[in-house]
Amino acid sequence: MPHDHHDHSHEGLSPSGHPYRADNDTDLSYWQVMEIALRELLIKKGHLTAAQIHAQINAMDSRSPANGARVVARAWVDPEFKAALLDNAGEASRAMGFDIGPMHLIALENTDKVHNVVVCTLCSCYPRNLLGLPPDWYKSRAYRSRTVIEPRKVLSEFGLIIPEQMQVRVHDSTADMRYIVVPAQPEDSFGLSEGELAAWVTRDSMIGVSLPLAPQ
Amino acid sequence: MTEFFGKRWHDMGGDPAGTINPDEHDFALWEKRVDALMVLTSAAGLMTTDSLRRVLEDMGPDAYETMTYYERWIASIAQNMVEAGAVTTEELGAKMAEVRARGVTYGAAS
Repeated sequence: MPHDHHDHSHEGLSPSGHPYRADNDTDLSYWQVMEIALRELLIKKGHLTAAQIHAQINAMDSRSPANGARVVARAWVDPEFKAALLDNAGEASRAMGFDIGPMHLIALENTDKVHNVVVCTLCSCYPRNLLGLPPDWYKSRAYRSRTVIEPRKVLSEFGLIIPEQMQVRVHDSTADMRYIVVPAQPEDSFGLSEGELAAWVTRDSMIGVSLPLAPQ
Repeated sequence: MTEFFGKRWHDMGGDPAGTINPDEHDFALWEKRVDALMVLTSAAGLMTTDSLRRVLEDMGPDAYETMTYYERWIASIAQNMVEAGAVTTEELGAKMAEVRARGVTYGAAS
C-alpha cells in the first residue's frame, strides 16, 4: 500500500516504509511499566486472557488499508454495490466479510464536483476496521485543528490541489460515526479488473488527502 | 489555562496550528498491547470509548503535548480499570514495582 504524500528514502525503514519505533531494547518507560502491570493484573484477576490479547493484536495487524481498497474497487466496478455502500456503508462492508464493529460507517463519494476529506477534531476517530490504525498525522493537533477551517491549504500540504470550481466537504468524525472516502476512479484505470483496481486505492485517498495512484 | 473560550481544550477544530508533520511510525508491541487492552476491556463491559475519552480530556492540554498517544491511552485505561473495580491502585502500584524490578528494558520486563 503506497503512501502518496512523502517521498523519502526507505533505507533503514521497515517494510512499510516507516522508521522502526524502538521496542524491546529501549529503557523501560513509566507508561510501559503500567501497561505490563495492568495487563498482567487483568489476566491474573480473570478479566482477560493472554490468548485474547494475542488474538486481538493479530486481528488488528491484519486490518490494513487493503481492506478499504477492496471495498472501493468493488464500488468502482459494481454500480449496485456502490449504491448499497453509499446507502449503508457498514452493511455493505459487512456483506463483503469485513467486521465493522458497532459504529456507524458512512461512505462519501468524490465526484468531479465534490471532494470529501475526513478528520476527527475531538480525538482520533477513524474507520480502523477498514483502514487499520490511524497514521500519526491524523491524530496531530495541526491536522485536527486546521482541516475544518482551511481544508484546501491542508490538502495542498499533502500535495493535493483541489480546483476552485470544486466543492470541498470536510467530515468531522465522532466516536460513533466514522467516514470513508470513495475516491473518484481515475480515467487511466478504466477497464481494469476489481482486483487490479484495489491496488490503485491508497489509504490517503480513502481519508481524502490524496487521489488514487497507479501502482508502482 | 484559566480562560474559558466556550469549549474545552481537546475540541481543537478551528484553532490556529502549525504545519502538518507527515512522519509516521510503525506501532511497537507495547502500543499494540495498549490498543488491545482498550478493545478487550470495552468488550468485557469494563469501560467504553466515552469513558476512555473522558479521562483523556480531563488530562488537559499539557498531557497532549508531553505524552505520546498510547501513553495517554494506558493512563486512561488504568484509571478506568480502577473506577470499574477491576484493579485497585494498591494492586497496580505493587505490580508496577514488581515489573520494574525485572529489568531495564521492555523485553526484559514483559
